[in-house]
Amino acid sequence: DQRESAGQTRVRGQAPGQSQSPAQHLGHPRRAAQAAEQLQHGPYQPHEPGYGLDQPEFSPYEDEIPDPKARMLAIQNAKAYLLKTSTKSGLNLYDHLARVITKILDEQPENTADIIENISKDVKWAQFRKKMDTLRDEHLILPTYEAAEKCKALFVKDRVGGWWEGKGEREEIVGPPPLPNVMETAFYFEQAGIGLNKDESYCIFLSLKNLVNVQPILTCRFWGKILGLEMNYIIAETQVREVEDQEGGETGHEREEIYEEGEREMDEDEPPKSTYKPPPEIPREENGAGTNKYVYFVCNEPGKPWVKLPPVTPAQIVCARKIKKFFTGRLDAPVVSFPPFPGNEANYLRAQIARISAGTHVSPTGFYQFANEDEEEEEGDAYEENPDFEPPPVAEMLESLAAWAHHVKIILKQGRCVWINPQKSDENAEEEEEEEEEKDEEGEGQQEETGPPLLTLISEDAGIKSIPAWTAQASTNLIPEYCIAILQSNRWPGAYAFASGRKFDNIYFGWGHKYSPENHSPALPPPAQAEYPIGSEITETVDPTVEEEMAFKAAQEEALAGDDEEEGEEDEGDDE
Amino acid sequence: GDAEAMEALSLPRAGRRAALSASLPLLQPTTASSGSVWGCIQGVRGAYYIAEGLGPDRAAARSRLYSLNCLDWSLLTPATKEMLALAEQLQGRFQGDPSFEYDLAEVNAEAPVMKEEARLIATIEQIDKEVGIVPRGAFVKTPLGSVHENRHFEGLSLAEAKKLSSYFHFTKPVNLKNKTLLEKADLDPSIDFLDSLEHDIPRGSWSIQLEKGGTVVVLRSLLWLGLTFYHVPMTKQFGYVYFGTGEKNLDLPFML
Repeated sequence: DQRESAGQTRVRGQAPGQSQSPAQHLGHPRRAAQAAEQLQHGPYQPHEPGYGLDQPEFSPYEDEIPDPKARMLAIQNAKAYLLKTSTKSGLNLYDHLARVITKILDEQPENTADIIENISKDVKWAQFRKKMDTLRDEHLILPTYEAAEKCKALFVKDRVGGWWEGKGEREEIVGPPPLPNVMETAFYFEQAGIGLNKDESYCIFLSLKNLVNVQPILTCRFWGKILGLEMNYIIAETQVREVEDQEGGETGHEREEIYEEGEREMDEDEPPKSTYKPPPEIPREENGAGTNKYVYFVCNEPGKPWVKLPPVTPAQIVCARKIKKFFTGRLDAPVVSFPPFPGNEANYLRAQIARISAGTHVSPTGFYQFANEDEEEEEGDAYEENPDFEPPPVAEMLESLAAWAHHVKIILKQGRCVWINPQKSDENAEEEEEEEEEKDEEGEGQQEETGPPLLTLISEDAGIKSIPAWTAQASTNLIPEYCIAILQSNRWPGAYAFASGRKFDNIYFGWGHKYSPENHSPALPPPAQAEYPIGSEITETVDPTVEEEMAFKAAQEEALAGDDEEEGEEDEGDDE
Repeated sequence: GDAEAMEALSLPRAGRRAALSASLPLLQPTTASSGSVWGCIQGVRGAYYIAEGLGPDRAAARSRLYSLNCLDWSLLTPATKEMLALAEQLQGRFQGDPSFEYDLAEVNAEAPVMKEEARLIATIEQIDKEVGIVPRGAFVKTPLGSVHENRHFEGLSLAEAKKLSSYFHFTKPVNLKNKTLLEKADLDPSIDFLDSLEHDIPRGSWSIQLEKGGTVVVLRSLLWLGLTFYHVPMTKQFGYVYFGTGEKNLDLPFML
């Protein structure tokens, strides 16, 4: 009874409390819900005894069953909620938060609050990486590994020496060893701000050494680097000792036979044969002369094998002047262009190298002199070093471009350095009767071409519009005693030359194209050829009109009548 | 960072590099951060060395400076629309003299001359807009619109580095809103807020190469010959420099 009354007292004591608004229960959501319920429904009405006994704290058995577990229950519910697995990704928030906090505590990054989302994302991302998979990852060999292997191979010292060493019976060992001092040249060019970094220069040095060991090379020089889309080219300019003239037979004598002439007898049923004769092919220059004076080897990277480029033909040079294409880096790639380039990328590369060499290889004036003073200018291909050369001071090299001279022959429009008359080589291939006719037809077309002689000063180079052909700079203005003179070509951007005392060199780093201020416009296709010769037999004329026909008929009749009369008179005369 | 990059790309001479490292930090008062090298535009008679200062908000306009000798720097004003329009009509090399005036009388009657300095400003702006690139994930856009470096950027992986889609133009996006909803669903708005290089016209106007045995990926632009971007995969290092004549390669479609 006491208890009951106490309970009731409590209840009644709480009665005013029961009408407390749910807002007072904000801190505890469950209590707030209960309070709201309380106000709405329950087995007992507020005025009835027993009202409120269903509340946990107010039940009559309250003191018998201690209930600290409400909070525990709440905690367990919350944890169960957090452990609920997401239907989308299979993650649950509890584990995820545990991992994120573990990661943060392990790594202790700065400004954690700002990058918390990123960290969370990374932890999620890490879930999807295979940790223990039944499929083992194949040990991925990184491409860097292979490249490093190749590079390392360069550094291995050859047990076999160069072909020119220790073989006494070899003849023609003249001159200094062929391997150039690439590092020295690289040092000078570095003063100019051009060049590759030291590691790459050194690797190139080593691959040149390999090249010299493998091929019978007399002289060798690092020509430069041409960039390509997929890979680049490293180019070495060499003079090769000719073992046999394997390619001698190619010079101009294996051209296709001339097309048949139209004057041959033919059956009336056959369609007329074509009278087209392609212009005679201009033979390429011999190895060792003109555009083919040097042999070029290329590789994509130091460490890769060197490939010899084929000799260049005039047709290729003429076509290369008309097109402008990027190099892809693969020597066998086709060159798709108009006019169609006769060859693949190896030929195009060789043609561009020839043009760049002819246009930009310079040396201080007087360094080279003609071997034979009496030779005529066009044939002066042989030059040698001038032993009496006195290097002018650097200031002079910079001031006037007359201090530099080309030492590579210029390429004529024909595509060769030495002009050749294409008719001369045709003589042997044709029949005699045709010779004269052809000479008459084409005698006017081929004028002999000349170009500037070999050792012209570069001050004669024509600029492009208002831009001079060359820009000269000193490597440094601050230390004049040790500065070197540097020339930059404006016609072939990327071509550089330096001179310092007796040392000089040329190099090219670029994409391999000539500079043109106007945009490149491709050649237009030639006009359509005439299908047939236009003569009077096949030319259409207007049909005669009726009056003309009548007049013609009348004239004819008169003529006939005149004849008849004469005949008639003669007959009469005879009869008498 | 910059110095190694320049060495890898085989650029200015030792004297200039030393001068740059001496004079760039002195730009701090002007640019609110130590200047960094943007590149060099070669004129016929001299070269312009360009540096820029980067503020914390990368989307804001950058301050740029130029110098003829790497020691004395002059601030360049931001480019105006008129400058950009006029510069497009100019062709040919830079002369190397900032006060040189180009004669535009026959092309544009209103502004018959344009100074080389203005052309320089416009060219730099154009280059940045058309071929200035960054790797994906290097910058994040905050909800307020400002663009910050992503300190959590760890570099592209080797496989990603070889793909054009991992690089973005660092300029106001043009193609982004044209993407279909399906594509947009895969994008992360905090990272993918710029145009990627995949859809550049003409296709193939970027050349991707792995250099130095595959440790550096180098992208070269074929539209502006001389723009070189480098990135070391799996590290935070990346950047681009321009070393060239400052002329757009309009022959690009013929050359591919």
